[in-house]
Amino acid sequence: MDRRQFHKILGAGLAAASLPSLIRPAFADGPLQVGFVYLGPVGDFGWTYQHNVGCQQAQAHFGDKVKTTYVENVPEGPDSEHVIADLAAKGNKLIFTTSFGYMNYTLKVAKQYPDVFFEHCTGYMRDKNVSTYNIRFYQGRYVQGVIDGKLTKSGLVGYIGSIPVPEVVQGMNAFLLGMRSVYPTAKLKFIMINSWYDPGKEGDAAKALIDQGCDVITQHTDSPTPLQTAKARGIKAFGEATDMTKFAPETQLTADVNDWGGYYIKRIQDVLDGKWTSTDTWGGFDSGMLSMAPFANMPDDVKALAEQAVADIKSGKNKVFVGPLTDQSGKLQLPAGQVMDDGTLSGLQWLVEGVEGKLS
Amino acid sequence: MMFFLTSLLVSVIAASTPLMLAATGELIAEKAGVLNLGVEGMMLVGAVTGFVVTHITGSTTLGILAAILAGAGMALIFSVLTLTILANQIATGLALTLFGKGFSSLLGRNYVGIAGPTLPKLDIPGLSTIPFLGPVLFGHDVLIYLSFALLAATAWFLYRTHAGLILRAVGDSHNAAHAIGYPVIRIRYAATLFGGAMAGLAGVYMSLSYSPMWAEDMVAGRGWIALALVVFAAWRPFWLFVGAYLFGGIMYLSLYVQGIGIPVPSALVSALPYLGTIVVLVIISRDRRRIRLNQPASLGKPFHATA
Repeated sequence: MDRRQFHKILGAGLAAASLPSLIRPAFADGPLQVGFVYLGPVGDFGWTYQHNVGCQQAQAHFGDKVKTTYVENVPEGPDSEHVIADLAAKGNKLIFTTSFGYMNYTLKVAKQYPDVFFEHCTGYMRDKNVSTYNIRFYQGRYVQGVIDGKLTKSGLVGYIGSIPVPEVVQGMNAFLLGMRSVYPTAKLKFIMINSWYDPGKEGDAAKALIDQGCDVITQHTDSPTPLQTAKARGIKAFGEATDMTKFAPETQLTADVNDWGGYYIKRIQDVLDGKWTSTDTWGGFDSGMLSMAPFANMPDDVKALAEQAVADIKSGKNKVFVGPLTDQSGKLQLPAGQVMDDGTLSGLQWLVEGVEGKLS
Repeated sequence: MMFFLTSLLVSVIAASTPLMLAATGELIAEKAGVLNLGVEGMMLVGAVTGFVVTHITGSTTLGILAAILAGAGMALIFSVLTLTILANQIATGLALTLFGKGFSSLLGRNYVGIAGPTLPKLDIPGLSTIPFLGPVLFGHDVLIYLSFALLAATAWFLYRTHAGLILRAVGDSHNAAHAIGYPVIRIRYAATLFGGAMAGLAGVYMSLSYSPMWAEDMVAGRGWIALALVVFAAWRPFWLFVGAYLFGGIMYLSLYVQGIGIPVPSALVSALPYLGTIVVLVIISRDRRRIRLNQPASLGKPFHATA
């Protein structure tokens, strides 16, 4: 290759590289492009399904002012970086990455695209153009625990966990705290399946927990299989992330329902208004981001108690993680009367006394 | 204690059945000299086809039949490529698995997250209520009984029938079999299609009984375990049964021990069945003679009639 040829290629490359910046202003008049990165299929009927419901709500709210795009089944890992970068390169101005494992890749891409806004769900690392948002799932777990505490005979609940990250640890602790508020000697047994979505394993874990004497099952994984397995054994259970009633109409007690739509609408509006800033949102019942599926298959007094629990958490009367809290070894972790601060809570890595089994 | 053991056994049976079904099919294919690494893909296509057909027609019988056909259809693609066009069996098998993964997601796109019909349990009045033996032996769904019947029939076919003898001859020395006048390629087609049909059956067991729904990649590596099982069993039907229940047991018990409170990292737990496969393979490969005695000598080798 001689020098002239080299310059020609170099010039072509530079022109191609500068193209995006030439094209971009042309898009400014069109609809705001908003991208979503999903972990599962939009039809997983759990985690990703609910995010997509939120995405559709936002699209319906803004009509042709906004154009949403999603990429589903994106594995947590290096592949996600390409997907996120691709969305940014295609002109999306606001990108929601909806799983914990996208955290580092979201931040990395955000550095390359400083004029694009990123929103990472369930993470804790932020940047000038990266916000984080999450739901206080543990509030729903507490309410589930209250219900279980009234219904259980064995005083033992089975909890199907995914990976022992703080969110799952909060969930287990909150469930038991709720359960113990009405059944002081209740215990919780858990199995981690090392995946967020593996129907076969989730079902097996449910069987194992039922075999070991748990008379109510709850899950922190995304498929309805545990609910189905419990139904087959005549055991009541809680759905996850979305109302799973149709999978077990006679045995689903309730489910945590994640409502992302309101948040998505608000953040898109912020971008449209030019008011978007990097924030950290952690919404519970009071924010409308979390709600409970209809309380079913339980006596009216239990239902009333559950509704009261929701109301108390919503009004701030019940903060859920309130001392005295002791861990499994009996060590006092939170003195009486104190409320756990969000920083400690979001990094929670110990289990309250009464949870059986160790985090490993 | 009795209750505990019963339910434990019932759960292990459920976890072992798909492995045994798929491995039985692969055993026949390999005995005829065909190494089909596409089991995982064939299972996935069987699972989704069975679920979709059952959902549309409302009949689990039709669903099961469709799954068998779908599995055999996948095996037919493999057979045409490797037996007629003489493509490399290992590469084609891997491609079949990758294809099956993508193709099953495509077929099942509109069926994710739908509550599926469940295969009915065969409840024989009186028998299922016998303490201990009742729940362990009776009250399962038809595919579980079928898995035993088919393995027994396979063993009988291989070692007690003339046709079985020919099939083994084709797997051991396709040139000799060809010289005597047996249609090597046709027999291999039949064996491979049987393997595909069984993988389809294993798949539909997953989507109609084990976790009655369709989810992408729901077979989750069980096809690979089935493949390893055939080697683990050193191509002998009885050991195939032992292996299937051993691996099914490991898969289930690795979750079970967590519940008892034995602190096992969940990542290790999910690696355990595969780790077990590797360990077993290492142990049995130390005994070269046993392998040579049972391994089909022409396994994986393409056959091209020269005369």
